Amino acid sequence: MTEALLESIDRAKRTGDFEGLIQQIPYFCFLGLGARVDGDGVVGCLRYSDPLIGNPVLPALHGGTIGALLESTAVLELFWQAETVVIPKTINITVAYLRSGRPVDTFARATITKHGRRIASVFATAWQDDEQRPIATASANFLVTPA
Amino acid sequence: MSEAPESKAERLERMNAAFALGVPHNRALGLRFRDFERGVAWFELPFDERLVGNPNTGVIHGGAITAMLDAACGAAVFLALGSFSPIATLDLRIDYLKTGAPRRAVLCRTECYKLTRHIAFARGVAYQDAEDDPVACATGTFAIQRKGKPIVGAEETLP
Repeated sequence: MTEALLESIDRAKRTGDFEGLIQQIPYFCFLGLGARVDGDGVVGCLRYSDPLIGNPVLPALHGGTIGALLESTAVLELFWQAETVVIPKTINITVAYLRSGRPVDTFARATITKHGRRIASVFATAWQDDEQRPIATASANFLVTPA
Repeated sequence: MSEAPESKAERLERMNAAFALGVPHNRALGLRFRDFERGVAWFELPFDERLVGNPNTGVIHGGAITAMLDAACGAAVFLALGSFSPIATLDLRIDYLKTGAPRRAVLCRTECYKLTRHIAFARGVAYQDAEDDPVACATGTFAIQRKGKPIVGAEETLP
């Protein structure tokens, strides 16, 4: 980790502004990932663009993009909740696809189910118009080490 | 007059046109079919700066590997069905086994190991050097709608 990246993580933790951090991760820019913080934590956002489509006939979002949104939101929530700057590494993730992702913006929230000394278990939910009607959920384990 | 039978390379090209280029996100990732058999698919995700997850290491982000394995497990199901009948991923589990080598392509091999009337079960590995030294592995379950409209055209591209 270079200083610039650690500084962005630290800044996001202090201010809730993840934009600087996201700008440094090429894959997040490729996806069109955004994030903000509200009273319940981080809300990840996958801004709709045509290259996110996996089924052009329906059309529906590619499952991989929804998986990436859920995993990324879980990582940002771990940054946000941790007392110090930490580097989470994904061990595994299981995504349940509940509804097809329509070609609109998609949002996600993550809850840390258990944060141990080295391992964190996170549950995440993605939705489009109505947070009560999730289009996908994920549970993931992360190896969390101090930066 | 009889035409020469289509070579595997020609068939691969047609499958890439339908599945890799015909699906917008697969095209955005730069995903390519490398080889196929009935129910088995090999793909390549070429290295691309835009897919990097950590700018300090230059390793492709796990999300892009997830997207490749999702697409490749789906492709293995199409290859088992012998059609592009619409399928929907029900669930997908990815285990990240080790950090990938920086600035290098990721390959994968996926197979549909069980096909029932409504459900297909697929699994696969992503690797860089050899299939027996994976960077990630995947297990996916897919719902099959046999009567639905194909997700991409060119049914005849499937073996």
